[in-house]
Amino acid sequence: MSALGSLYARNARSVVYRGALASKSSNAVVIISGFFEPIFYLLALGFGLGSLIGTVQTQGGAEVPYAAFIAPALLAVAAMNGAIFDSTWNVFFKIKYAKLYEGMLATTLGPLDVALGEITLALSRGGLYAIGFMIVMQALGLNLAWTALLALPAVLLIAFGFAAIGMAITSYLNTFQQMDWINFVLLPMFLFSATLYPITVYPEPVQWFVQALPLWHGVELVRGLTTGVLSPLMLVHVLYYVVMVVVGLVFTTRRLRVLFLS
Amino acid sequence: MTVTGTSEVDYRAEALEAGARVRRFGSWYAAEHRLRSMRAFGLTLVLLAFANPLLYLLSLGLGLASLISSDVNGVSYLTFVAPALLASAALTGAAEESTYPVLTGFKFNAVFFSMAASPLAPKQIANAVFVGTAARVVPTVVVYYGILVLFQAVPSPFSALTILSASLVGMVAAALVTWYTATVTEDKGQMAVIMRFIIMPMFLFSGTFFPLAQLPLYLQWIGWISPLWHASELGRVLSYGMAEPAWLTATHVAVLVVLLVIGWVGARRVFHRRLTA
Amino acid sequence: MPAPVISARNLRKTYKEFVAVDELSFEVTAGESFGLLGPNGAGKSTTMRMLGAVSERTSGDLQILGLDPNDHGPEIRSRLGVVPQADNLDSELRVRENLLVYGRYFGIPRAVVARRADELLEFAQLADRAKARVDELSGGMKRRLTIARALVNEPRILLLDEPTTGLDPQARHVLWDRLFRLKEQGTTLVLTTHYMDEAEQLCDRLVVVDKGVILAEGSPASLIREYSSREVLELRFGSDRNADAVTALAGIGDRIETLPDRVLIFAADGESALEEVSRRGIESITSLVRRSSLEDVFLRLTGRTLVE
Repeated sequence: MSALGSLYARNARSVVYRGALASKSSNAVVIISGFFEPIFYLLALGFGLGSLIGTVQTQGGAEVPYAAFIAPALLAVAAMNGAIFDSTWNVFFKIKYAKLYEGMLATTLGPLDVALGEITLALSRGGLYAIGFMIVMQALGLNLAWTALLALPAVLLIAFGFAAIGMAITSYLNTFQQMDWINFVLLPMFLFSATLYPITVYPEPVQWFVQALPLWHGVELVRGLTTGVLSPLMLVHVLYYVVMVVVGLVFTTRRLRVLFLS
Repeated sequence: MTVTGTSEVDYRAEALEAGARVRRFGSWYAAEHRLRSMRAFGLTLVLLAFANPLLYLLSLGLGLASLISSDVNGVSYLTFVAPALLASAALTGAAEESTYPVLTGFKFNAVFFSMAASPLAPKQIANAVFVGTAARVVPTVVVYYGILVLFQAVPSPFSALTILSASLVGMVAAALVTWYTATVTEDKGQMAVIMRFIIMPMFLFSGTFFPLAQLPLYLQWIGWISPLWHASELGRVLSYGMAEPAWLTATHVAVLVVLLVIGWVGARRVFHRRLTA
Repeated sequence: MPAPVISARNLRKTYKEFVAVDELSFEVTAGESFGLLGPNGAGKSTTMRMLGAVSERTSGDLQILGLDPNDHGPEIRSRLGVVPQADNLDSELRVRENLLVYGRYFGIPRAVVARRADELLEFAQLADRAKARVDELSGGMKRRLTIARALVNEPRILLLDEPTTGLDPQARHVLWDRLFRLKEQGTTLVLTTHYMDEAEQLCDRLVVVDKGVILAEGSPASLIREYSSREVLELRFGSDRNADAVTALAGIGDRIETLPDRVLIFAADGESALEEVSRRGIESITSLVRRSSLEDVFLRLTGRTLVE
């Protein structure tokens, strides 16, 4: 890989500027609908289903109401879904059809500027949704400790990790059909990563497998913070996402260079 | 490519004969196209048909059920949730098939307009869309039902009839969503809005995961107007003999059939209007 | 004279307030090649959609193949081939599959469609692209595939809306050659165009339409005879001076038209008109004597150029 200079012009903000302008022309209802999705889940499952369940024991050993158990998980899942959507479908469309990046890379911008710019855009949207969701959680009494405030940066880190990996994968895909495979990974992750029930219901080997998945680390990190049950293990969760970010960015940058600059 | 007779009578008679065949079978001719274009996604659809029920049943039917110790509605949680999951799988599959694929036909590759230039009538093109959706939904439901049987989630001897009730709600969704999608001329993300504001809340608040009675009274109306609730309740009657007055069961069927007819007629009208402007 | 395959009388189409087509009347006979020439927005595409039995007329009479499209849309469409202005090929299908599927819309048996698809790919010079994706084709190839698709039902009438708009010169010539072959085989062609060279190449007879009305009708040669001179002298003086030059040119030729970029002098003999210009000592940047064309006819009829 060549020097950073040819990859990065320290101008990711111009990519962000373009995205902010473009988002003005998008439909407000669509943007708002993304905010309601996790809230619908929270109301239906947390309270509707929660009335059948009562309380649940977290990984950290605390006994919490079912709604307080799934709310942090839904927050992490929303961060994952939003980041993946923005970094896969959106980016795929821009690479294949709109030829947007081709135009950007014909200027002084480098591939890392583009990657960072797109990810920043995805994170700012995700961050707004997360703030909204946390306010709803607060109103419903589901933030059980002051450490819930730290869930916000945690969610951004989770989104960053997924966005970086999502972009890297997308840059290798060629057809819409291949894009469908992304859903095959997301749905089981959503269903099995200690989101709706503790993973202690699984046999031990299955638990190991789930613990290797990125979403489990995200869910546990956010849940620890909103329920206030902290443990040193949370540093591992953070580290997991830092690695995702670095690996994702390295591959994305490398691939965009091959696609457009060689 | 040669012109034989040049008298008007020849042309007229020839056209009348060729047109008669298409008037009779046109919907099926057009449906061939839908099936062929679905083939590109064939592998994905087949995998989804098997993966979806497995994933949901393992996570909700077994994992989540382990948190719910008491019976729901007098049966195990798995038995309670199974017919509703079946109906929602039909609903979401059909709704997906009626959003972007329909928008594509009118807009992205405008294939409906090229069909309309052939002898096919717009109503036949609409019919073909429904045939295509049914070709995705019914096998999906059959596979799902088979997996439910393997999970021992459908005890009643009449449970196979849930294939019909689930397919019915799928086609209701297909008809209503196609009706709406066909009116969309500018893609501003309406499809995402439909999925997030209509299909998903329906999935969550229609007595799918918990009895409607668990919801506060002011939210229960969502279930009553939701075709999914009617289909899930009907499915429960069929799959484990849920006790329910006969008039209510009849209402479920009536609501679904009426919505199907309304959506179908509406969609055919919009197809006619847009393709003959 | 054989009976007409298309007969339009006082054909009119309005969208709310807007009058797209206003009282058009014309006939097309079997085997004829008939053109609608006019600028964008003249109502050509709307007319074509009515002829294609996919758009109901607001008023007037229309008979296609002896049938009324309001009652016999499917019957008429089963004997028409339609090439729309924008290619609407099915991008989810391969090249040959586009023909197979389209043939099935007409209820043509599979084996017959398969045979015709191969013949038509040959005709459209796309046989080696049979398995390609539509998106991989060039503009000219897509156009030829659209024409091949329109021929899959062996139509009596082929409707072509702007068949070569957007194509490069070479692709246009290939396409004209294909269409000319169809014409030779006796297929009735109805086409719209805003290119006079295309109308001259392909049409036996044409109508000039503007703002939904017919301005003139006849063969290309007779229209030129009637509405223009034999030759045209084009002079350029530079954009600021064209208007001033006209005063000095007064009296040369039969008629003078001033365009933003050039001055046109209509004359039976362009060379002698040019001699007269130099005799008067008027200096132009460039000068050109050419044969008169349909473009000039249109200019004469409307005071505007076709391609604006």
